[in-house]
Amino acid sequence: MARNNEIPEVNAGSMADIAFLLLIFFLVTATIQTDMGLDRKLPSKEPTPPITFNERNVFRIVLNKNDELMVESEIMQLKDLRNAAIAFLDNGGESQGDNDDCSYCLGARNPNSSDHPKEAIISLNSDREATYGTYVTVQNELTAAYNELRNRESQRLFNMDFVEMEQRYFDAETPSEIKKVLKENIMAIRDLFPMQLSEAQTNQIK
Amino acid sequence: MGNFKKSKKGMPAISTASLPDIVFMLLFFFMTVTTIKDYPMLVDNELPMADQVKKLEKKDRVIEIYVGKPAEDLVKVLGAEPKIQLDKRLANVNEVAPYVLSELAKKPEAIRNLVTVSLKVDKKVGMGIVSDIKEELRKVNLLKVNYTTYEGNSLSGQ
Repeated sequence: MARNNEIPEVNAGSMADIAFLLLIFFLVTATIQTDMGLDRKLPSKEPTPPITFNERNVFRIVLNKNDELMVESEIMQLKDLRNAAIAFLDNGGESQGDNDDCSYCLGARNPNSSDHPKEAIISLNSDREATYGTYVTVQNELTAAYNELRNRESQRLFNMDFVEMEQRYFDAETPSEIKKVLKENIMAIRDLFPMQLSEAQTNQIK
Repeated sequence: MGNFKKSKKGMPAISTASLPDIVFMLLFFFMTVTTIKDYPMLVDNELPMADQVKKLEKKDRVIEIYVGKPAEDLVKVLGAEPKIQLDKRLANVNEVAPYVLSELAKKPEAIRNLVTVSLKVDKKVGMGIVSDIKEELRKVNLLKVNYTTYEGNSLSGQ
């Protein structure tokens, strides 16, 4: 009976040290995973008939080996690219009253720029020695241009940002009936401003 | 009054009994947000920044390709030209297509056409090797790519 009382308490003072050791071990061996990025779809290898389009419907971006940007034959800073792309896409140069004019475009309606967002193509040509970081920045700015326009239309039609709609759509917790509606809305917006980004050789310059 | 005097006698020791709990909490936090490197990185991999990013969906639908300058201790042997890392080994451009096909074959049939290739490319690498890889991927008809980035303002990062 007396013995029971004599069991000594286990010293837990070194517990913290053990835990710290484990913590440091995990800090060293683990990396925080990045799973963010820009999604792109590569063009298929299937031969497609050459498409003919008007030069005014093509927004030419060239990235040279010194990471300098040339947009429509003029040197441009990276920070100006987004607005230039928006101005081009949103131009809606088709004269008003025509049956295929762009009713939702708010751009300058410059007859020398794109006719309609559905016809507007952005062509990106990069030198083999251009750095990938700059290339991704260019891609990012172009995505931003599209997103900004799509957000605007999405706000107008569905009172919600396009980016937010996409997030909700890809969220696993969204119920399926809402997803169905979202999908239709996303498709509608994508149809207004389809992303037409070409990295193919669109020979003309040089 | 007597009570006040007593308490002034000496600072009571701060109890460290909850320290292990705090540390364990930190430990569990790190265990959940990180992944253990399952193979060593043979190439430098400092990703570029972008802010218009989308989250990569489920991990099992992703094939990763790393590109970068060889790691410091390998530069002597391999030179400073950018290299491709597939799984645990360094590879040439023409090995990309067989590799992604074999990875694809390991995935269940139902998700094969949903697979995305995540390009984890160092930001200092030239575009040449990247477009070569993209060309390889087009050949095997794997068209969904993701330029994996860190999230942040890309313009200030220049």
